[in-house]
Formats: sequence, structure tokens, C-alpha cells
Amino acid sequence: MSGITIKEINSEPLQNPISVRGGRGLAKRIIPCLDIKDGRTVKGINFESIRDAGDPVELAILYSENGADELVFLDITATIEKRKTLVELVKRIAANINIPFTVGGGISSVEDVAILLQNGADKVSVNTAAFKNPSLLQQLSSEFGSQCVVLAIDTKKEADGEWYVYLNGGRTKTDIKTTQWATEAVSLGAGEILLTSMNNDGTKNGFALDITSVLSGSLPVPVIASGGAGSMEHFKEVFETGKADAALAASIFHYKEIEILALKKYLSLHNIRVRL
Amino acid sequence: MVAIIKYNAGNVQSVQYALQRIGVESIVTDDEAAIQAADKVIFPGVGHANSAMQYLRERQLDHLIISLKQPVLGICLGLQLMCKHSEEGNTDCLGIFDEQVKFFPTSQTADQKIPQIGWNNIYAYHSRLFTGISDNEFVYTVHSYYAALGVSTVATTDYIIPYSAALQKGNFYAVQFHPEKSGKVGELILKNFINIS
Repeated sequence: MSGITIKEINSEPLQNPISVRGGRGLAKRIIPCLDIKDGRTVKGINFESIRDAGDPVELAILYSENGADELVFLDITATIEKRKTLVELVKRIAANINIPFTVGGGISSVEDVAILLQNGADKVSVNTAAFKNPSLLQQLSSEFGSQCVVLAIDTKKEADGEWYVYLNGGRTKTDIKTTQWATEAVSLGAGEILLTSMNNDGTKNGFALDITSVLSGSLPVPVIASGGAGSMEHFKEVFETGKADAALAASIFHYKEIEILALKKYLSLHNIRVRL
Repeated sequence: MVAIIKYNAGNVQSVQYALQRIGVESIVTDDEAAIQAADKVIFPGVGHANSAMQYLRERQLDHLIISLKQPVLGICLGLQLMCKHSEEGNTDCLGIFDEQVKFFPTSQTADQKIPQIGWNNIYAYHSRLFTGISDNEFVYTVHSYYAALGVSTVATTDYIIPYSAALQKGNFYAVQFHPEKSGKVGELILKNFINIS
């Protein structure tokens, strides 16, 4: 009798992987974003008016318990105390939550990144500083690995129908197309793209499916779609049509218009793989 | 006391915080005597296999790790360094496990990107690390290289191909995913490791 293979002895009986709880493989991620100023959570509506939505650590714990797959903290503090308060906040977050988190906002050097990672951040996101000095992406990926380097791009569709890169929180237009910058950034070491559509952000009319799908289909790294989430269906669309690997939203979660667990159950019912 | 090995790869702080959350005290150290005296040793790591092995060899931490008799848990790069060889920088590793570490093959479907970043399932458990964990639970994972399936495989994950999510041989345990970032499931796996007697 030589019909028994090692596989059958050492592991569970072979079965159709698709039959097991919706199959196996990487899940689509739901990522609440917390904008931080002076240690408090804020949310810019179309990058302008801001409203207070609570203590970041409290909110982070709540989100992680409710099924968030990851968290993003964007620090918009512009004072000289910024680094110190941000590091203290990162320590408190890392000590209190058991899911990964990304920190961004004004990060411009290897030293900035080293101190955030040492204090418990899993990834950092860079935006304007990387655009102005693309070698920063190379330095960060060779020093810390591209898995912790997220490139954030604020993008806007102009009258010519093309998507352009904007800097400084959306205040400064550039002549560079988003696909061009994203492709270059990935070749330099960006491990993930966080794509925010300024046309959609704050509208609650849905994500920018076209540019999300173009980037996700052409880049070898994950794309996180951001800007425009207003309903559960919008998340379904951005995963199905937009081919996003993850979707990020802020105010609809902060103001409890959509609960993360309910959203993930909805997506699962529509055959989108999520962690439940 | 749990000793977390300090070296040039890591996000060791996250592991220490995770242990704190389950009520376990730990020290982060590269001191030989302190590591040998610990009840449990955790060998974490995020980074590059070649530079990490070089660092370990320069400090003779390589000999120390393979000589440990208490339960040892490798995490992520820690798992890969405990294998025989890694394609990352063509690196000879510690050789505790016979499994080979390879770069993910190119996926046939465009949606499987490298590195794998996010939550994936673990299944086919053969270790007390997974006591009380249901089949196909999700864990958080970030990597471009994987340990192939082999005799030491005690949990599997499918991504492009099936690979070793966990390895075990004697007192040596290792997981490719990050239990310190894997929510309640990860906390239970860490507790299971701490409770090994």
C-alpha cells in the first residue's frame, strides 16, 4: 500500500478550499482614518472646515474592537511641539490597540520615520515631502523595508479629464499626472498607495472608481482608496469596480453613520472577502 | 520572564506592548545571560534576512539562539531566519528548520500582489500554539518571502501557493504572521505560547 501521500498524513483531509467559510486568501481591508491635531481627532470636510470627533486612542480602541482591519492617523499639527506630541500619541496607540496602524502628516526624513516606527507605528505615510524629494522613498524602503512605506497621493480630476497630483493637503496643484507619479514612486520603493480623490472627498457620493481601478490594475502594490464614502454600497463598488485592496473613510465612521461590523457583514453577503 | 531578542530588525516594541496587554512582563535584550535565563524567548523581526543574519553572527547571537532549550517563538523575519536558507540576499540562516525561504512566485491573477499585506487565513493546525483557535481564522501578515511547506509545518496559509504559516520543531516555534497585530486571535496565540510548560 503506497497510496497514502505525505499530504494526507500531515495535514487535514484535502478539501475544496472554496467551501470553507467563504474560501481563503487575503481579505479586503476597511480602514478608518483619524485626522489628528494637537493630540485630538478632527476631520477636514473637503480639506477645509474641521470638526472635533474625540480622543484618538479611545476611538482607535473602539474601531479595533468593532472590526477595523487597520487604522491610519494623519497628523495635521503645524507647531514646533508636533514631533513630541505625535510620538507620545503613537506610544499610547501602540500600547492600546492590537491591529496595525499607519502614521502620516508632514513626515519628511528618515529620522522622523525611525522614531515613529521605534515607538510602535507599523507603517508611515509620506506625501508632499516624497514628491519634492523622491529619493526619500528609496531611503525609507532600503532602511525600513517597502512594507512600511505608504505613499499618500491627493489627486484631482481636471477639466481635461486627467487626474493630477496635488500637494500640501490639496492646496497646491502640480502638472504631474497621478498614474505617472504613482508608477515612479512604486519603482522607488513605495509599498502601498493611499489614493485620495479630492473631487470625491467629503461628498459622500462614492469613491473615484476610475482612477482607483487604473492604479490598482497597473501597480504591483496594494491601493487604498479614500474619499467619498457615503454608503455601504460605495465600499462594495470600490472593491468590485475600483479593484481597491483596502478602503479608507473617516467621518461616516466617526459620526456612526456606518458601523464597521455591519459594513463587513454587508460586504461578506455580497461575496467580498472580509475578516469577520 | 520573557526575553525579546534585541537586534537590528524589528518592531520589538509592538511585541512588548502585546505581551503587556495579556499581562506578561518582558525584557528586550541582546545579553546572552539574560536570554539564557529567560523562561521563554521571542525572536521577532521585520527587515532584511541578509543584514539581520550578519548582525546576529557578529554578536554570536546565532549560536546562542540555536542552543536555547526553553520555548522560543520566531515571528515573521524571525521564522525565516530560523529556516535553513533564504532567497532574500541568498542568505544561509540558522537551520533550526529544514524548510527553505523563497520569494513568492508571480501570481496568475492580478489581484495577488507582492508583498502580501493584510489579513489572511490560517488552517491545518498541528501545534499547541493554536489551541482554541478555529480553522481559517484571520491573522495579519506582511511579507514577500515565505517558508515552503515541509516536515516542520504546523499551520498553512494560501497566498499564490500554500506556504508555512507556522513551523515547530522541539522547543522551537515560529509564525510568519504577526500575532502582536492580529487582534484577539493573535493574543490567544501569544497566550498559548506563554502557557507552554
